[in-house]
Amino acid sequence: MARITLSKLRHSYFPVPYKEEHWALKQLDLEWEDGGAYALLGPSGCGKTTLLNIISGLLVPTEGQILFDGKDVSHLPPEKRQIAQVFQFPVVYDTMTVRDNLAFPLRNRRVPEAEIAERVREIAEMTDLTPTLGNRASHLTADGKQKISLGRGLVRTDVNAILFDEPLTVIDPHLKFRLRAKLKELQQRIALTMIYVTHDQTEALTFADRVVVMNMGEVVQIGTPSDLFDRPHHTFVGHFIGSPGMNVLPCAIDNGKAVVAGHVIETANRISKDAALTEVGVRPEFVSLASQGLEARIVRVSDAGRFRIVSTECAAGPVKLLAGDDIEIPADGARLRFDPANTRIYADGWLAGSEADR
Amino acid sequence: MLELKSVEKTVGIETHIHPTDLTLEPGSFNILLGTTLAGKTTLMQLMAGLERPTSGEVWFNGKNVTGVAVQKRNVSIVYQQFINYPNMTVYENIASPLRVARMSGQEIEKRVGGLAEMLRISSMLDRRPSELSGGQQQRCAIARALAKESEMILLDEPLANLDFKLREELRDELPRIFQERDCVVVYATTEPTEALLFGGKTAAMHHGRVIDFGPTGQAYRQPVNLLAAKVFSEPPINTASITKKGARFVLNDKVHWPVPDRLKSLRDGAYTMGIRPHHVSPLKVGETPVAVEGIVHIAELSGSESMIHFDAYGDSWVSLSHGVHPFDAGAKATLYADVSRCLYFDEDERLVAVSEQREAV
Repeated sequence: MARITLSKLRHSYFPVPYKEEHWALKQLDLEWEDGGAYALLGPSGCGKTTLLNIISGLLVPTEGQILFDGKDVSHLPPEKRQIAQVFQFPVVYDTMTVRDNLAFPLRNRRVPEAEIAERVREIAEMTDLTPTLGNRASHLTADGKQKISLGRGLVRTDVNAILFDEPLTVIDPHLKFRLRAKLKELQQRIALTMIYVTHDQTEALTFADRVVVMNMGEVVQIGTPSDLFDRPHHTFVGHFIGSPGMNVLPCAIDNGKAVVAGHVIETANRISKDAALTEVGVRPEFVSLASQGLEARIVRVSDAGRFRIVSTECAAGPVKLLAGDDIEIPADGARLRFDPANTRIYADGWLAGSEADR
Repeated sequence: MLELKSVEKTVGIETHIHPTDLTLEPGSFNILLGTTLAGKTTLMQLMAGLERPTSGEVWFNGKNVTGVAVQKRNVSIVYQQFINYPNMTVYENIASPLRVARMSGQEIEKRVGGLAEMLRISSMLDRRPSELSGGQQQRCAIARALAKESEMILLDEPLANLDFKLREELRDELPRIFQERDCVVVYATTEPTEALLFGGKTAAMHHGRVIDFGPTGQAYRQPVNLLAAKVFSEPPINTASITKKGARFVLNDKVHWPVPDRLKSLRDGAYTMGIRPHHVSPLKVGETPVAVEGIVHIAELSGSESMIHFDAYGDSWVSLSHGVHPFDAGAKATLYADVSRCLYFDEDERLVAVSEQREAV
């Protein structure tokens, strides 16, 4: 187990990077505590896989260092880093039994058989694989196979961290749900540093204590799931996290206050500096239908089962809101109210004013 | 209109599709919902003419088309893997079915321009598919499927390989795109939420059978049986065995609640109750909250929602609620099931009645 430090890390796939856009990973300083659960969250091409490969040792960073417990491992090959990985597609030896699959990493390291048996028994118990230990791995379902991949990582006592690379992508929703809870449970039981890479916000937010949100090679925000939901530091985070994402509307500024389509909008923050682009951000959870406020036209109502998603169009652009079954939705014109405590001004994409500096 | 009449597909001794009757109206959006291997893809192949049924007939617009090959039918298909011609530009990809149909150059230009605009890839027409993101590649494939005026469009989990956010975006756009067409649309998915957001009609599938078919909101709120309720619930629906004793439904001597007026005529005896996770909350909310005591297995907190997995009276339960409600693993907890939202199933697992009758969406 180890604390992982990324220090002034930068990576480019260009031999001689000389432009900002040549950097697949822009400068990054990060500290992951021993035993923590972390997630790297972002869209395809955001740099999360590059970062994962640097941690596992498949890539040597162009600049900066990666340290395990303060020791520089930037140039160590993957096999010397003692990192276990679980990939998108389960990696199992189909011809072996579940038991032999779990024992494989220990046999490779010449651990005594008695110790192997004990360790395999323990891990099988944790991963619910005990009843299938004698079965051929090829007979298992996709989630069962993924549990073997996971178990093989957990079985070793010498690992510094476990990296998960989109581990639930190929699993059906009803099994995904169970496996996701299992991962969380294991993380809580065995305080091993776990880093989970995904584009799926639900997986990232439920698994991790702290989430690193990335976009275009850059870390946009690092925070707890609540931070990211409650106070997005950038409109990208607001949009990317939450489903549907945060509504973002262009606004004018009058005396530090936001004005959307002629309406003064009360916000939790104020803007102090000039910006080329000023916007108001509010999540659909914090927009309601009201008797007065911003005028809007109802475009569509979709039933999500648990709630309805009401898509509206106001003079400044589209606004979505969530409505329970008990709320009556007018057929034509509506007025929208934004909850002031959860409505914020963004300047050139970033959360404006003093609130961000707190 | 597409009609399947007792269509069956067997391969060797295995039955892939059990005899199925299904009628899909012109201009309708139909969802095939089920897990991997439920038979969604096979059923689509039978509809399209990619597979020939072992028995039964496929009719389209009043004509028997059983055994008519897909090439001779006016059908478009979009697959999970984005399939485009790699060495053609996006423009040529979309135009290809129109060139095959010998449409005039001017007409093609107009059609491709319109589709590209609708699918928001107008600025990418000169690029090759490999230069596009996954979402854009799939938009290109969808545009090509829409280019010819097909009488039927089949989409087999078209969003499964896309990033979460792109999926959300296309989910939003697809209903709008199909709105103006009067072709039969069939869309396969493993995700209940996707089915709900699309609306239309949903066929719940399980092990090669269509077990329920109806307007999506109705299939969700009044599933025909327990299995259909399970197929149409994510996270899984909570279930427990209960007994009706006179005026009360009884889960055990601590947990019981009054039988709603409408169900008073039900005979006493054994039933199964089903309640979806969002009607079980750590807060005493809802119309008829009934306390359920449990041991927390794990609490997953997402920043805005809490999913609490717990064991109660021998069953595994899940609660999904707004807000952050932390619980330690192993802790005792009281959660509240809003039994006004319960579904009740008889001994044959058929829906007897819902607590709250609602209008079908």
